[in-house]
Amino acid sequence: MSLADSRPAPASSLWGRLRGQRSILPGLGLSLGITLFVLSLIVFLPTAAMVGDAATLGVGGLVHLLATPRVLGAFKVSLGCAALAALTSAIFGLLIAWVLVRTRFPGRRLADAMVDLPFALPTSVAGIALSTLYAPNGWLGSLVAPYGIRISFTVIGVYIALTFVGLPFVVRSVQPVLQDMEAEQEEAAHMLGAGRLQIFSRVIFPAILPSLTAGFAMAFARGLGEYGSVIFISSNRPGVSEIVPLLIVNQLEQFDFAGAAAIGTLMLILSLALLCGIMLLQRLVRSGRHG
Amino acid sequence: MAGHVSIRDVSRRFGAFTALDAVSLDIPAGELVALLGPSGSGKTTLLRIIAGLDFPDTGQVLINGEDNVARHPRERGVGFVFQHYALFRHMTVAGNVAFGLQVRPRGLRPSKAEIKARVAALLDLVQLGWLADRYPSELSGGQRQRVALARALAIEPRLLLLDEPFGALDTKVRKELGQWLRNLHHDQAITSLLVTHDQEEALELADRIVLMSQGRVEQIGTPAELYTKPASPFVLEFLGEANRIAGVVGEGGLVRVAGTGDAVAQSIDPGHALAAAGQAVTLYVRPHDLLLEARADGAAVVRSVKVAGAFAKIEVVLADQVLTALTPLHRLPSLHLQEGSRARLVVAQGMSFPTQGAGGSLQFAAPRSFAMA
Repeated sequence: MSLADSRPAPASSLWGRLRGQRSILPGLGLSLGITLFVLSLIVFLPTAAMVGDAATLGVGGLVHLLATPRVLGAFKVSLGCAALAALTSAIFGLLIAWVLVRTRFPGRRLADAMVDLPFALPTSVAGIALSTLYAPNGWLGSLVAPYGIRISFTVIGVYIALTFVGLPFVVRSVQPVLQDMEAEQEEAAHMLGAGRLQIFSRVIFPAILPSLTAGFAMAFARGLGEYGSVIFISSNRPGVSEIVPLLIVNQLEQFDFAGAAAIGTLMLILSLALLCGIMLLQRLVRSGRHG
Repeated sequence: MAGHVSIRDVSRRFGAFTALDAVSLDIPAGELVALLGPSGSGKTTLLRIIAGLDFPDTGQVLINGEDNVARHPRERGVGFVFQHYALFRHMTVAGNVAFGLQVRPRGLRPSKAEIKARVAALLDLVQLGWLADRYPSELSGGQRQRVALARALAIEPRLLLLDEPFGALDTKVRKELGQWLRNLHHDQAITSLLVTHDQEEALELADRIVLMSQGRVEQIGTPAELYTKPASPFVLEFLGEANRIAGVVGEGGLVRVAGTGDAVAQSIDPGHALAAAGQAVTLYVRPHDLLLEARADGAAVVRSVKVAGAFAKIEVVLADQVLTALTPLHRLPSLHLQEGSRARLVVAQGMSFPTQGAGGSLQFAAPRSFAMA
């Protein structure tokens, strides 16, 4: 993004090759073949199997299953918490990236490394740590318990766990863009009389918006699929704090494979639609810039 | 109203490096002044301090008598053009130019229609009206810099600061844009300060040149003054090439080349202390002021003859010194000089500078006996 002037890397086009055009980049056939093979093996095949399993229920069965309050409730919790958590990650991730890039303080490198912790930590460990911390007798939970607020074992806990796992995605996508931003653009805005807030909102923010939406999308996707940390911090009550991945596991434990596949397929369609939507939005923002 | 800039004893250090060393300077209102110097001479630091993008450790910058540091950039009325344009990439050309007007507080902000009209007028001024809806990434370097200029002019500055504005452009575009800037400067009531390391650009464009070196001002003057009356060898050598000829002052102020008997120049300030007989001097002579005459008994030997455009460049060896002479191409055949031929050397005009700070510089010309062809 910051290198808007730079040309795209030379691309080897399959259609060009089929029309007999020559390219200096070798190995198009081989690399394309391997890519498609691996993609099929790891992504398309299992997905197709799942959709096939779900299809055994028939349309009537599918609608009947998916319309139950428990399934609808789980989707509401999953989508709502993931969206809210991704939004929170976007705001605080931007702030963290900003501080890491723009300020120099002792321990900055350590703080920078700690951002990756949610990537590396087994999510179940994170879940146990968070639920202990936010339990009514935990360090943080006890602070809000007198006001009648419970965090662990409620839907708020789910939101906090999803924020925890989503945060690094935002920081790591915004950070490089902030790093590469020329100070001169801000100086130019300053010389033209813009105040600090105007410089941020009119010069800096539009420049990092594409990377911020990318980070948001990744955090959101991660939140939808998160399982390990949530099952520890949530009470997992059907319809209240039960998430979709857990519901699928429950179906499997009852040997209802078709039901699990049906819920999984719906989840797949929803996530795909959401991610496509975000990507379209991003492309819209970018195309404005490059005509 | 154009701004008068007064710089008083400004110093700036970066750690152990002194970027500016007690610089004092006055820039009269309405002039186009070039800050010229090699890289690291402090010219950009000075420009940034005048702009308020950097702050002096000591000293003051006054614009029309008012201290610049304490004021908001909006009230300073200073436009700044960056070497690498610094255009806002996510805004159109028109959006970039309008920026300075749009960020004004509500009371001072022109109406939308007025902004639109102003932007259109400015884009016409820089001859880019047809590109108003494009994005910076779709423009060439010269076009981008013109957008940057229009953007800086939108806030109606009293003072326009340009930091190597043509440094990233190729020679032809640089020259065109330079001339265009010069005309623009004349049409607007504005003081312009241009940082450059290109002496040719400074000589061509500026009303006045401030030549800087190692954080100090070496000399201030019109291009002609700096070129013909340089205050130091540094100024002389920075503004174009020069030969150094080691010589000895003889009787009547005649300078002979050290190690040979050839008289090459004569002092035209006779009676000056430096011209005392027997004194060693270093003569600084521009290549086009070095005249060659083919002679079998000449002390100089031609090393090479190269044709470079309108001029021929002749290198000669004289008493172990390699000297360069430039002669108009049409005169080359009449000189009868080839590689290895011997020549007599005469200085049409040259200068020497005092070695120990005693007295001023000395001017030299061809000895009277030398008949100019």
